[in-house]
Amino acid sequence: MEVIIEVRNLVKRFGHKQVLRKLDFTVQKGEFVALLGSNGAGKTTLLRILSSLSKPNYGEVQIGGYYLPGQAAQVRRKLGVVSHLPLLYGDLSAEENLKFYSALYGLVDIQKNMAEILNLVGLYKRRKDLVRTFSRGMQQRLAIGRAILHDPEVLLLDEPHTGLDQDAANMLDSLLQQIATRGRTIVMTSHDFPRVANLATRFDVLYKGKIHSSKLAKDLPQHGLLEYYQSIVEEIDGGGGKHNGE
Amino acid sequence: MEEGENIMENKTSFRKAMFAIIWKDLISELRGKELISAMLVFALLVIFIFNFALELDPKTRSSLTAGILWVTIVFAGNLGLNRSMAVEKDRGCLDGLLLAPVDRTAVYFGKSIANWIFMLIVALIVLPVYSILYNTNIISPALLLIIFLGSEGYIAIGTLLATMSIQARTRDILLPILLFPVILPVLIASVKASAGILNGFPFADIQTWINLLIVYDIVFTSVAFMVFDAVVEE
Repeated sequence: MEVIIEVRNLVKRFGHKQVLRKLDFTVQKGEFVALLGSNGAGKTTLLRILSSLSKPNYGEVQIGGYYLPGQAAQVRRKLGVVSHLPLLYGDLSAEENLKFYSALYGLVDIQKNMAEILNLVGLYKRRKDLVRTFSRGMQQRLAIGRAILHDPEVLLLDEPHTGLDQDAANMLDSLLQQIATRGRTIVMTSHDFPRVANLATRFDVLYKGKIHSSKLAKDLPQHGLLEYYQSIVEEIDGGGGKHNGE
Repeated sequence: MEEGENIMENKTSFRKAMFAIIWKDLISELRGKELISAMLVFALLVIFIFNFALELDPKTRSSLTAGILWVTIVFAGNLGLNRSMAVEKDRGCLDGLLLAPVDRTAVYFGKSIANWIFMLIVALIVLPVYSILYNTNIISPALLLIIFLGSEGYIAIGTLLATMSIQARTRDILLPILLFPVILPVLIASVKASAGILNGFPFADIQTWINLLIVYDIVFTSVAFMVFDAVVEE
């Protein structure tokens, strides 16, 4: 399989605090990788570096054949990013938000594309409504629409289920599954183990700034994601970062 | 969306991205009216307060007009700059702009031009109100030119510093602390040129101040253009 993300010896410090410690991380094209880890493990920092929003202190990052930070503009074309904030403007309608981001991405013939995206995220009927009138779940779905507007090869999601109720989270999951079945590569951080267990094809444990273990979904025992995570954490430090199993 | 159907230009045009940001800011402001209304209310309050607090005779008043006008514009502008960048930061939209495959200076110029338009709109409303309240007509093409030039320099460096200060928790206090010392030359040149126009001095007498304003506008815009990318880098 083709490698689409390759990270070598990545180091990121904030002042004296080292958040990422010589981290290595590789993702094959078409994989759906769940990055698991407690708060402060470095998940968001890693995603911000991959999305070119943050520069590493040391190390090599290659996405889709382009290097960061030198070829950031080329990398950005290949990426769609969803964070726990929607990155949308409340005083613009759903359609206007997508139109705005289409212009930033240099998309042409956007009308048909926008209609398809809005249908995909289930917001076509609300396309003229201002985003500030949307629920959190609707905003998150539109955020995914914004992220896939330019049909990126890689989708980076930073805890996208944060603040969503069950119905909204289920809709988000079904949307992510649709995107994954199109062969797009997805890297997602999450604390929601039951949800990611049903979505991802690979689970990586990021703990204290390093990837300590990586396992394919087919190699996990049924309902064994939490046990797998806890066993890795216990192996590293005797259970100091035990997950609460939410 | 079917695979491969999406058509993306090889390079997002600088102009297209810049105008998209200006359009977005203008539409948002037209709907929300948060920025201009805050700036305008503040500016009008400052004028009212000066009017009642100073109780000046006509001669002293005319010598202070340029100062009062620019204090009003500068403080209102500070409010506008803070608000304009807070909108981008609070919902993570600044990240959305920075994630786009576009030259980041297009983001800077888009935000700057939108802020400049808002500042000029406020100034255009403040001028007639000032004229009515102080019973003196201060509106003239020459004064409008000075406001145009002075506000450009102010916004050029103000947008850059607002982008820096927005990352801090104390952003509301940090921006004026950073901005006011830097814009002092623009403020002095603007006040002197405006005073010259309002007192009817010949153009030759104020030309030096106008030239200074033009030079500062070019310098501030160029500096902001060169360092914006570094400022938004984490």
